[in-house]
Amino acid sequence: MQENLLIVENVTKKYRDYTALLNVNISVPKGSIYGLLGPNGAGKTTLMRIINQITAPDSGNLLFDGLKLEKHHISEIGYLPEERGLYKKMKVGEQALYLAQLKGMSYTEALEKLKFWFTKLDILDWWNKKVEELSKGMAQKIQFVVTVIHEPKLLIFDEPFSGFDPINAAIIRKEILELSEKGTTIIFSTHRMESVEEICDHIALINKSKTILEGPIDGIKKQFTNNNYEVITKDSVLTDNKFYQVTHKKDDIFQIQLSEGTKGKDALAFINKNYEIVSYKKETPSMEDIFIKAVNNA
Amino acid sequence: MTILGPLLMVALLIAPIYLAKETQEERKIAINQQQKYHLENTEYLYFTVIPEYEAKQLTSNFNESPYYALLYIEEDHFTLYSDQQISLSVSETIEREIEKIIEINNLKKAGIDPQIIEDASSSIDITTKIVSEDGNTTNSHSEASMGIGFISGILIYMFIFMYGTMVMRGVIEEKTSRIVEVIISSVKPFQLMMGKIIGVALVGLSQFVLWILLTVVISTVVELAFLDVSSMSNEISVNEQSAIIAQITNITGGINLIQIFLSFLFYFIAGYLMYSSLFAAVGSAVDAEADTQQFILPITIPLILSFLLIQPIMDNPDGALAFWMSIIPFTSPVIMMVRLPFGVSSWELLLSMGILVGAFVATTWLAGRIYRTGILMYGKKASYKELWKWLRY
Repeated sequence: MQENLLIVENVTKKYRDYTALLNVNISVPKGSIYGLLGPNGAGKTTLMRIINQITAPDSGNLLFDGLKLEKHHISEIGYLPEERGLYKKMKVGEQALYLAQLKGMSYTEALEKLKFWFTKLDILDWWNKKVEELSKGMAQKIQFVVTVIHEPKLLIFDEPFSGFDPINAAIIRKEILELSEKGTTIIFSTHRMESVEEICDHIALINKSKTILEGPIDGIKKQFTNNNYEVITKDSVLTDNKFYQVTHKKDDIFQIQLSEGTKGKDALAFINKNYEIVSYKKETPSMEDIFIKAVNNA
Repeated sequence: MTILGPLLMVALLIAPIYLAKETQEERKIAINQQQKYHLENTEYLYFTVIPEYEAKQLTSNFNESPYYALLYIEEDHFTLYSDQQISLSVSETIEREIEKIIEINNLKKAGIDPQIIEDASSSIDITTKIVSEDGNTTNSHSEASMGIGFISGILIYMFIFMYGTMVMRGVIEEKTSRIVEVIISSVKPFQLMMGKIIGVALVGLSQFVLWILLTVVISTVVELAFLDVSSMSNEISVNEQSAIIAQITNITGGINLIQIFLSFLFYFIAGYLMYSSLFAAVGSAVDAEADTQQFILPITIPLILSFLLIQPIMDNPDGALAFWMSIIPFTSPVIMMVRLPFGVSSWELLLSMGILVGAFVATTWLAGRIYRTGILMYGKKASYKELWKWLRY
């Protein structure tokens, strides 16, 4: 069993007229990239604020590295909020130094690390510029650096790729993966499913203030596997029979759903006997399908 | 603002004096006859008698005449003709001069020597003294008390307003630039709020000291460079000068300057802290400065009220209004400073200070609760109902 860096137990947070989180449980394994998914307004941001001790939960426990989460853990967590910004009138370098020192770093340490990161992301030229002179994407890079500068054990990114152009998004994704390889545990929240499949290994799905799915991504995918296959035949013909039903046809790809009790290889054998097969592939549910299905079922 | 402030202040001090000197230019006035009313030249007005026909001409066509105005006298009728708006000071001077002549004539007609009237008129200065409990008497000077009270009251009013809104703008800036969530993942919202308030207070205090120093320096320089100081002091004889100096020492004798200075610092700081925490709460509740109006009004009303009441309080510094306004914490910083130079019993002062400290703690607590919810609320137009809910989260 893998050790968990962060455990959220039965956390409930109510505001006067609505419940933001109701008995939410998540366990974030050490070194994992943990995707926090859910529609807008599901309570993801509230959960992240609770982990960052910005708001306090009404009930429930939070354990960080086996200990109760306390104020001093702030220096071990890096948080990039969705609503992120910088002081517009301040110079980039000055501001990065200030924010790094707020996280408990010494001036010299902060300066050294910042120079390293600024060089790495090729933004050292901006050091003496004012933030208001930068584009939104440029400012996001600086926010990213400031988030990771104190080398926390846990990094939390709220919609990290929003506002980035594809090239910069790729750079940031590479940096996130690199940090993960070095052993940093990463939580990131998004409602964009394709980025989840690309980088996450664990997920939690939050909908209407409850966790409705949680665990390793491959396990969840298995759980949602259906009996659907994609078939391409040479003559582009395929008709229903007792083994399967054609549910959809697009161009020359047939989607078939196997009948109850039919095994994949039985259907393959049947099709192989009657048609010339170009391709026969089991359909794996995309995160998007799982997401929609789980939300609708809940 | 740091440099501009003192410059503006100096301009405010110097301009009226300078302008007053400038505007009194010499003017020639034509008169059609001078038998009955013989006008003497004054410092700035020179009277010239011109023939009747020329005067008649001027009444219909004033163009290109060398005179500023024509005084046309017909029996007991006086008319001033000019090709421009006649300045009030000119017409008043002429009126006064003519009235003087008429008065003297009337006195003579009644058989009274004008000299008798002049000798009979007098001017006195009443001395006011305060008898303290231990039987000592000190000279009191209401004018000085008024001056000190007025200035310190205004200063506190200005300081609270300027730096309170500065705190509010700072909070709004942090909220709209969205940096606030980054920062409060490192420090508590309350720490951020107090840091802002104290930071602005220190900026304010240093700006203030700088202002005073610069104002003194610049006004001295300007005075030496532009104004003929010797001509001004010439008018006051040496005797009078020493009398004035004696009077100044006398005036301040009746007022406890140390108490006033310390109280000033106290009300300055405590009043600012109380108001600025409220300003911070307002800043946290809105998304843009334009939305602050509805919340700012109830905060500024007591402040503006105390400003408006400075005059009535000075007229009656021991009345019920003065007492209550100097006890209620929202008005006490300004009003107590106005009252202090007139003498306030120590229990009143201590009560007022104690209540102000209590109010400061209460408003900071209240503001902190609104603040920590408000700064994370985007795009939601806050109402009073909403604020009440935030208070109880």
